[in-house]
Amino acid sequence: MWEAIWQYEFLRNAFLAGILTGFAAPLLGVFIVVRRLSLIADALSHVALAGIAAGLLIGKSVSTAAGWNPLYIGMGFSVAGSLLIEKLRAVYRHYEELAIPIILSAGIGLSVILISIANGFNADLFSYLFGSVSAVSSDDVWAVFVVAVIAAAIIFVFYKELFLLSFDEEYARVSGVRAKFIHFLFIVLVALVIASSMRIVGVLLVSSLMTLPVAASIRIAKSFKQAIVFSIFFGELSVIIGLLAAYELDWAPGGTIVMLAVAILLLVLGWKKWKRGR
Amino acid sequence: MENRLVVQIEDVSFRYEKEEVLERINLAVPKGAFLGLVGPNGSGKSTLLKCMLGLLKPDRGRIFLFGEPIESFRAWHRIGFVSQKANSFNRGFPATVEEVVASGLTAKRGLFRRLTKDDRRTVEAALEAVGLRGLAKRNIGELSGGQQQRGFIARALASKPDLLILDEPTVGVDARHVHEFYELLGDLNRRGLTLVLVTHDIGTITDRVTHIACLNKRLYFHGNAEEFERLGDEAISRFYGHPLHVLSHEH
Repeated sequence: MWEAIWQYEFLRNAFLAGILTGFAAPLLGVFIVVRRLSLIADALSHVALAGIAAGLLIGKSVSTAAGWNPLYIGMGFSVAGSLLIEKLRAVYRHYEELAIPIILSAGIGLSVILISIANGFNADLFSYLFGSVSAVSSDDVWAVFVVAVIAAAIIFVFYKELFLLSFDEEYARVSGVRAKFIHFLFIVLVALVIASSMRIVGVLLVSSLMTLPVAASIRIAKSFKQAIVFSIFFGELSVIIGLLAAYELDWAPGGTIVMLAVAILLLVLGWKKWKRGR
Repeated sequence: MENRLVVQIEDVSFRYEKEEVLERINLAVPKGAFLGLVGPNGSGKSTLLKCMLGLLKPDRGRIFLFGEPIESFRAWHRIGFVSQKANSFNRGFPATVEEVVASGLTAKRGLFRRLTKDDRRTVEAALEAVGLRGLAKRNIGELSGGQQQRGFIARALASKPDLLILDEPTVGVDARHVHEFYELLGDLNRRGLTLVLVTHDIGTITDRVTHIACLNKRLYFHGNAEEFERLGDEAISRFYGHPLHVLSHEH
């Protein structure tokens, strides 16, 4: 297996993209989960799917656009979706979660229409839905790399502002934190990470990498920093073992990675229970 | 020269849609005072507080903080705030007491700035001041209501403020710890900190504060604590809208 990774470029790409995703998705996921926004990732991934479908359709029907990477159009859609969610959350101030099903439905609706115009599924779209070990191009790896670096840099720079906003928004505002700007920055970042993670785990499962490792981590973390470190550790563990297993067993990598994350979560919950029972 | 008035509120009115909540309020808080801002529920106390903190913009009137008009005031680290809602935080939040207290330094530290040795000492001192030093590494959700409240005061103290504002800080704190809590505030006030405490509970605070302001949309009384006690129950009941007997808190 390890020789295969060095030998085949497509496997190397999948692993590089996977390791970057396993880092960036749980890193943002910690802030999403503690702010009780877990479902935002689901909504944005479906909007990104509409973008991917649009990208595939354009590539098919406009010959000059054949070389475009649909991932970028997916990112564009996902960022636009994130801004709409923020807007809707302000409109429905007392029903903030309503923004999520609205955007989620719109994303799926648009995707289905675009897919039907393109005459149904093809293998390419299938790999975006469920993730793929073989479909990651080096162009994709670069996109995932750039997004992961931006995510890490923004979290590093705005760590204390994000922490305070997540823990106590009112206090953050009183402290002079520019809440609106940081919300905006964060949600755009989430949209970018979601679109870039899609290549590995697929649209339908991308939100799981942002929530499952975090769900396991907050059961055992004492501090916020620990919660971040454990989340990334669990994320990487699921991605690396998941990709190896998916390749060996010829399973869909998205499903394998997610089921590993579920297994880690169950182990943590079981361990916690056993420890309490002693 | 440093302004002697920490807060000046001049002719401030505020309305939510059609309902007038504050009517032409004039109030000044001198340096070193411990002001109890009292009033029944819905009297506009929290609204006035939000105006003072720049979270709401009054429809008319002006507010000065440390002599500076609030619009151009930037030294927010000089003001510590303990919110009524502080106690309703997400108890599953994975953060230690120390992390929460250190987050009080956010206003003081610029971007890119990590915690320095000095900052850590400040956090330790704030924890020490509220008697939570031994619990620094514990998860904030595991603490009792009273301990959490003290944690939030430590957070407000971390930026070494000159003014500490507390909104109904004893709600959700059991009676046993309320006394302890006021001792702590009195102690901080004696050490030179200016305090503004908002509460609906007149009885508990009259003999603990130096100044009292009674608010019910308008300001009904503003003066020092002795003057307030001379006012008598009848006047206070009139302002509260129902009979009230002010009991001095026994020690």
